Amino acid sequence: MCLSIPSKVVSVDREKNTAVVDTMGVKREAGLDLMEEGSVNVDDYVLIHIGFVMNKIDEEDALESLKVYHEILAKMDEEERSRVVLEDDNCENRGTP
Amino acid sequence: MSELKLKDLYDGFRDPATIRMLSAQIGEAAKALHEPLRIMEVCGGHTHTIMKYGLPQLLPDNIDFIHGPGCPVCIMPKERIDHAIALARMDDTILVTLGDMIRVPGSQSSLAVERAAGRDIRPLYTPMDALKIAKEHPDKRVIFFAIGFETTTPMTAALLHAAIAQKVTNLYFHINHVLVPPAIDAIMSDGRAKINAFIGPSHVSVITGAKIYAPLPEKYGTPVVVCGFEPVDVMQGILMAVRQQAEGRAELEIEYSRSVTMEGNVKAQQLIDTYLRARSHFRWRGIGDIPDSALELKPEFAHLDAEKVFAEVLPTEPIDDHKLCICGTILKGLAKPMECKVFGTACTPNTPLGSCMVSSEGACNAYYRYAGVLG
Ligand code: SF4
Ligand code: SF4
Repeated sequence: MCLSIPSKVVSVDREKNTAVVDTMGVKREAGLDLMEEGSVNVDDYVLIHIGFVMNKIDEEDALESLKVYHEILAKMDEEERSRVVLEDDNCENRGTP
Repeated sequence: MSELKLKDLYDGFRDPATIRMLSAQIGEAAKALHEPLRIMEVCGGHTHTIMKYGLPQLLPDNIDFIHGPGCPVCIMPKERIDHAIALARMDDTILVTLGDMIRVPGSQSSLAVERAAGRDIRPLYTPMDALKIAKEHPDKRVIFFAIGFETTTPMTAALLHAAIAQKVTNLYFHINHVLVPPAIDAIMSDGRAKINAFIGPSHVSVITGAKIYAPLPEKYGTPVVVCGFEPVDVMQGILMAVRQQAEGRAELEIEYSRSVTMEGNVKAQQLIDTYLRARSHFRWRGIGDIPDSALELKPEFAHLDAEKVFAEVLPTEPIDDHKLCICGTILKGLAKPMECKVFGTACTPNTPLGSCMVSSEGACNAYYRYAGVLG
């Protein structure tokens, strides 16, 4: 199921056309193939789906929802947190509406 | 490791005060309705939110939910799963796909059963991994069984793009991407479901833009609200739909403005258009044939199309669901899971007879888990 936790862009590799993003403290790589060249930059907030950046999110909105996620995730340990984050991105049927 | 699941996290997004307030506002607005509001939620993710939070109980009697066909696993006809199995049984082949698809029964077997029997079938975390696997195994053919609605289609297109650019020649595609608007159209023009409002799933619209729903209000006079997945989002979306109906409006509105625009992701749309085109026919499990409701590779990429290249091993017979299974009727908005004779008895998530119970997004699965039938 899609919580779609906003991720923050930490670095961009223009050569490989990928970005490293931070989702609630969990870092992973995501492809930029669906985004206009140069449109995704460090510090932007983005939505990730099965390994790709799907779109950008308005910073204010992103911070607002991150507040809620943080409260919940603060209660988990490291391992649990990374599992939850990866599971969110890996929503099995996303691709559904 | 604790058994915390992602769905439990939803609890944190349930702000009781906000939900109660929305519930009261909906109750107030619904008094002005001239006829009951039958809202179809197209996406399985919405069905889950609705059932898990008992939202129907927070709504006045003149508002009812109709569950739509919104799960790519639920609507995959058995013959397509049989295709995947036939492909996986070929020598020197690695079949790769996403998610729940592996567990869904075909006519005689499933990908999970085939994998246990020694076939090389791998679930992917991201479609791009298919490219990696193809490069690591130049002596094998790797077949990507691509599934999903508009949300996952651009990722398949990106994989196609990368495979062609990098001249990888042992990666093939079996395309099963389906489209939401033709399915809604099929249900509406059938007419029996009597739906008079929609909440549209936000993730499809992130890619396509909310504009894909624009014809619905015009054609059928139904409000459409594109909506997020948290309970607060869904309640807010319902309120917007009720207000429209009460005021005699039928418009397309966006509740989930934090990531959905009218236009969507144009680059992703262009990528899809480069490689894929509408398929003239696709049979939706339970619903039947819907014209132009799915995509296929364009003819110039036929050499990558597993349906063409391996046509001789693919079965062609359409295969229906178990006789007792009423998934089709449910997907058309004409019945609820409890009306199925074997719901919760012969058919459970562990022993599913139909896809609506297999898929974690399926309506039967959601009812089973949350509607108090667990005993
Ligand atoms: S069905 Fe799709 S959009 Fe709906 S919750 Fe699952 S992945 Fe998300
Ligand atoms: S309960 Fe099982 S058999 Fe009945 S409609 Fe649902 S999936 Fe089909």
